[in-house]
Formats: sequence, C-alpha cells, structure tokens
Amino acid sequence: MRSLAGTSGLAIVLLTSSAFAEEAKKGMPQLDFHNPLTISQVVWLAIIFCVLYVLLSKWALPQVASVLDARAGAIAADLDAARGAKQGADAAITELTQATQAAQAIARTEIATAIAAAKEASDAQAASLNAKLEAQLAAAETQIAAARAAAVGAVRQVATEATAVVVSRLTGSPADQAAVDAAVGSVLAARAA
Amino acid sequence: MAAGHTIDALGQFELHSVLGPVGASVGFSESSMMMVVSSALTLVLLGVGMSAKAVVPGRLQALAEMLYDFVHKMCIEQIGEEGKKFFPFIFTLFMFILLGNLLGLLPFSFTYTSHIAVTFGLAAMVIVLVTAVALYIHGWHFFSYFFPAGAPIALSPLIVTVEIISYLSRPVSLSIRLFANMVAGHVMFEVFASFIVMMAGAGLVGYLGGAGPLALNVILMGFELLVACLQAYVFAVLTCIYLHDAVHLH
Repeated sequence: MRSLAGTSGLAIVLLTSSAFAEEAKKGMPQLDFHNPLTISQVVWLAIIFCVLYVLLSKWALPQVASVLDARAGAIAADLDAARGAKQGADAAITELTQATQAAQAIARTEIATAIAAAKEASDAQAASLNAKLEAQLAAAETQIAAARAAAVGAVRQVATEATAVVVSRLTGSPADQAAVDAAVGSVLAARAA
Repeated sequence: MAAGHTIDALGQFELHSVLGPVGASVGFSESSMMMVVSSALTLVLLGVGMSAKAVVPGRLQALAEMLYDFVHKMCIEQIGEEGKKFFPFIFTLFMFILLGNLLGLLPFSFTYTSHIAVTFGLAAMVIVLVTAVALYIHGWHFFSYFFPAGAPIALSPLIVTVEIISYLSRPVSLSIRLFANMVAGHVMFEVFASFIVMMAGAGLVGYLGGAGPLALNVILMGFELLVACLQAYVFAVLTCIYLHDAVHLH
C-alpha cells in the first residue's frame, strides 16, 4: 500500500511538471462533467451491472453451486462407501482370526489323541513281542537242558562201557558191573562239581 | 502519444462515443463498451467453464470454481452465515471491477475503473445497499449505530457528527481509492512509454537510453497486474465489511 501511495505521488509530481502544461489547462477528462459521456457512463454502469447481476445470480452462479454441491455429495458418498467397506473388511478379519483359532484348537486335540493312540498301540505291540520272545527263550532253554541231560547220560554209558572193557582187558576177567557204575558215578560227580 | 516535447498522459482517459450515430445518441462510450465486454467475459467464463459439469474440473471450470469459492469464502468469513444472501452481489461487483482493471491493462482498451463517475457509481450502489439492508433488518434501531452504547450523553453532538461523517465518507474513500490507483498506474505507463519514444528520437544513444523506461514499464506491468487484482479484492472485502456492520450493527 505504501508503494501504491508512492506511485500516485510520483504520478502527481509528473503531472504538475512543465511537460504537462497543456494537461493542466485542460484538466482531467474524468472530472469534465460538461461532457455528457461522463455522466452517461453512470447510467450505462447501472444498466450493465444490473443485467450482469441478474444473469449471474439466476443463471451462472447456480450452475457453479450445483456442480460444487454434486461434488461434495459424491465425495461424502464415496467416503461413506469406503467406511462401510472398511467395517466389512474388519468384520471379515475378526471372523478369519476366530476361525483360525478354532481350527488350531481342533487340530491340537486331534494331534494329542492321535499321539496317545499311537503310543498305546506301540506299547501293546512291544508287550506282545516281549511275551513271544520270552516264550521262545523259555522253549530254547528247555531244549538246551534236555540236550545237556541227554549228553550227560551218554557220557556215563560210554564211560561205564569203556571202564568195563579196560578192566576186563587188564584183569582178564569180566568186570564187576556194580563197582564200575559206582566208580564212574563218583568221578562224574567230582567233575560236575 | 508524444507530440513534440509534451506528454499527453491524460488523453487515454478521454471518452468518445462508439458504435456510430446510435452509440452517440445514447451516450455509449468506450467505457460502457468495456463494461459490456467484461460482463460478457464473466458470463462466458462461467457459462463455458461450467458447461462440462465435470466432477474432476478442467482448467476453465477450475478457474470458475476458484473464483466462486474465493468470493463465497470471503462473504462467509466477513459477513457471517447471512453473507450467502449477498454473495451474488459481491461476486458481480468483484468480477466487474477485476475484469475492468485487468482488461484496462491491454493495449488499445479502456479502463472504466479509472473514471471517478464509475467508481463513485459503484460505491454509491454499495452504500445504498448497505443502508437499505441495515434499515430493513434493524428499522429505526439502525440509527443507534451513530451513537455507540456507553458513550457520555454530553458528547453526543460531537460523536454523532463524527460517526455520520465517517459513514458518509465510506463511498468517497471507496471510490477514490480505486479511481486513484487505476489513474496513477495508467499515467505512469503513458509517461514511461512517452519517454521511450522521445529517447528514440535522440539517435543511437537515445535507443540505448530508451531501454531504461522500457524496463520500468515491464516491471510496472507486473505491479499493475497485482494492483488490478488487489483493488478489486479491496473493494469487495470493504463492501463485505460494511455489510457485516449493516447486518450486525458493530
């Protein structure tokens, strides 16, 4: 505003200088109220301004207002739609989380049940296998004992016969069967111990 | 425009009738012509700009909407919610002055806002409207505006006189502000332009010397564009403030 005043001041100084001697005589055309055109401007101003006012207020400005209102409405509707969609998405996410948690719980119990069942089955299998092995072991031990007894019995017979032959050859007479049996029995008993 | 060694800085404000004998018989001058042109431009801008009615506006529609929004916001901020009723008037006033100022900057055109008759006509319209609105809303109570509540009664002759003078000086200051700004700018243009022509008459040195006033005129053009918009805004915003006073009484 100060620069405006400066401009006006400079203009006034220039207008009062000698270069504008003719201007000073004639004066400003704006203040020449003898010229009918100066006043007729006011009449035309009133007419043109009123016509412009009527056209703007009845025709042009309502158009702008309607477009602006329509845009504001569209934006509000879009925002509402977006808000609705967000609520839907939130609900879906909550549902998904709950479903996942439920599924995980079910899976966990099923896994536990399956592990327990498998353990039981393997325990039973191991027990039956053990029993079978025990039985086989027992049978094998019985067989070994029988074989051993048989073997020990055979040794006695062979030793008795061999003793009888050796005694008869050395003495020339048949050996006393009872004495041989007793001698062999005592030797075998000493060995077994 | 430069004849000899005199500068005809005021010749540009002289009025001549246009449109031949018909124009002459009804006193239709360049000034009135430019009023019609600027009104037509305003209507074309809004009419063509808003014809698309696009949700995402094009350039012209964006310009029309910006101007609408600017003036609409100014009305609401200065006057209050009642300002919506005066919006078409303020918009008409703003566009009329803005385009008058801006079109006046074009070569060979005429600046009707550089005529005190026109600016005073506009200011008178504003003050009549403001007074009518105040009387319509507040009736006889309006005259309490000239005597602030709580002032000592003994001083009433002085206060009332001062208040009435200040009220009546509103149209004067409103019209002279716009008129003086426009005249000053256009006189400066003319003076510097005449300097260029006079310098050029002085030969080669003058040609070089003429660059000075030319540069000044270029700068002045930027400045005058600012002044053109600023003065239109000032006129409109002061009208809004006066209307605020009329609606709310202080």
